Amino acid sequence: MRIAVASGKGGTGKTTIATSLALALATDATRPSPLFLDCDVEAPNAHLFLRPTFERRQEVGILIPRVDEAKCTHCGKCAEVCQYHAIAVLGKKTLVFAQLCHGCGSCTLVCPEHAISEISDVMGVVESGTARAGIAFARGVMNVGEPMAVPVIRQLKKWITPEPNQIVILDAPPGTSCPVVESVRGADFLLLVTEPTPFGLHDLRLAAQIARELKIPAGVVVNRDGIGNAGVDAFCAAEHLPILMRVPFDRAIAEGIARGQTLVDLEPEYRVRFEELADAIAARVASE
Amino acid sequence: MKIVITTTTPNLDSEVDPRFGRGAYLLVVDPNTLEWQAHPNPGVNASGGAGIKAAQFVVEQKVDAVISGDFGPNAFDALHAANVPMYVFGATRTARDAIARFNAGQLERVGTATRAGGHSESKP
Repeated sequence: MRIAVASGKGGTGKTTIATSLALALATDATRPSPLFLDCDVEAPNAHLFLRPTFERRQEVGILIPRVDEAKCTHCGKCAEVCQYHAIAVLGKKTLVFAQLCHGCGSCTLVCPEHAISEISDVMGVVESGTARAGIAFARGVMNVGEPMAVPVIRQLKKWITPEPNQIVILDAPPGTSCPVVESVRGADFLLLVTEPTPFGLHDLRLAAQIARELKIPAGVVVNRDGIGNAGVDAFCAAEHLPILMRVPFDRAIAEGIARGQTLVDLEPEYRVRFEELADAIAARVASE
Repeated sequence: MKIVITTTTPNLDSEVDPRFGRGAYLLVVDPNTLEWQAHPNPGVNASGGAGIKAAQFVVEQKVDAVISGDFGPNAFDALHAANVPMYVFGATRTARDAIARFNAGQLERVGTATRAGGHSESKP
C-alpha cells in the first residue's frame, strides 16, 4: 500500500505526520517496517526526524539535445516540435535552453539532418539507506539552481522497489503543481494535512481536486486544531472527505518538532493513534 | 529599417508594455516612415520559455532592433545569438515616444539581461 502525504499549503505538517506515521509502524513488531520516500526534492527535510544513514547514491539527469552546427541547416523543425521552447532557431544559430528541456527527445527524432545528439544533464541525486527503527529511507535532492523537480521525483519512485506488503509513505512537496502530481501519482491513498485556517482551506480545496482528478481516495489530518475557524470541517463534510486525525495546536509539540522529534517521540499515545490512522487508511483502500 | 517594440494595445500611440516575453503586442515599426504593424505576442500564453518564443518571432521578422522594458536571461541570450540589438525604453510612455527617442539616439542599449528569469532561471 502506497500512502502519499500532501497538503497544498506549505508548513501544515506533512513531514510531521508522515514521519510520525512511519515511526509508529516501524516500532510495531507485528507490522512490516515501512519504506519512506521524501519526494520534496527541492527542500527535503524528513531526514531531520528519521535520521537515516545513506548507503546508496545515484545521479539523476535527463537527456538534452546538442546541436552539431556543421550539420544544422536551421530549418526550424526542432523548435516547432518543442512544446517547452527549449530549443530555438535564431537566424543562423540554433540554441538549446537546457533548463526548459523536459528530455522528451522529439527534436532529435524530427531533425532531418541528424544534427542533434543527446547528452546527459544532471539535475540532482537520489539517496537511500536505513533510518531510525530500521525504516528503509530514500530521498531525492535537486541541485541548487535546477528548476525541474519532476525527473528527480520520478527516478526516486522507480529506484526503490518496496517489499511485498510493505507500506510505502511518500512525503510530497507543498503546492499542487507538477512535482506534487508526480509524487502522488500511483498512490493508493492521499493523506491531506491541513490547518483550520483560510489559507489551509484554500489549498486543501486545490489538493482535494488532485485526488479527485487522479481518482485516489483521500482523507484529511487537521493539524494545529483549535486555531482558525470551522471552514475546513465544513468543506470536508460537504466533500465527503473523512477527517481521520486531529493534532491540537500545542506549544510542546512545536518545541519538540524544532528539536527534531516526531509526535510519536513526544507523546506515547500517538503511537497508537498513528497505528489506528494506518488501519483506517487500509480499511478505506480495501473498500475501494 | 524595422524595429520591434512591446506595447499594451495594437497601435503606435499605445502605452509601451514593460515585459518582453509576455508583453501583449509586438509592434513592428519603420522608424523613418512610422508605418507599423501589430502582432499579438506569441509568448504571452506560454507556460514557460515566453521570452524565447517572443525572441524567435522577432528574429523571424528580420528586424534591426528591439525596444522593451526588460529582457530576461533567455530572451537576452536568444536575441543576442541572432545579433538583434536590444534597447530599454526607460521612462518613455508611448510607442511613438519610444521611436522618437530611438531615432534621437536617446535609448539605452542593453549589454546583459536586465532582470532575473521567470520559471526557468538559468543555471550559472
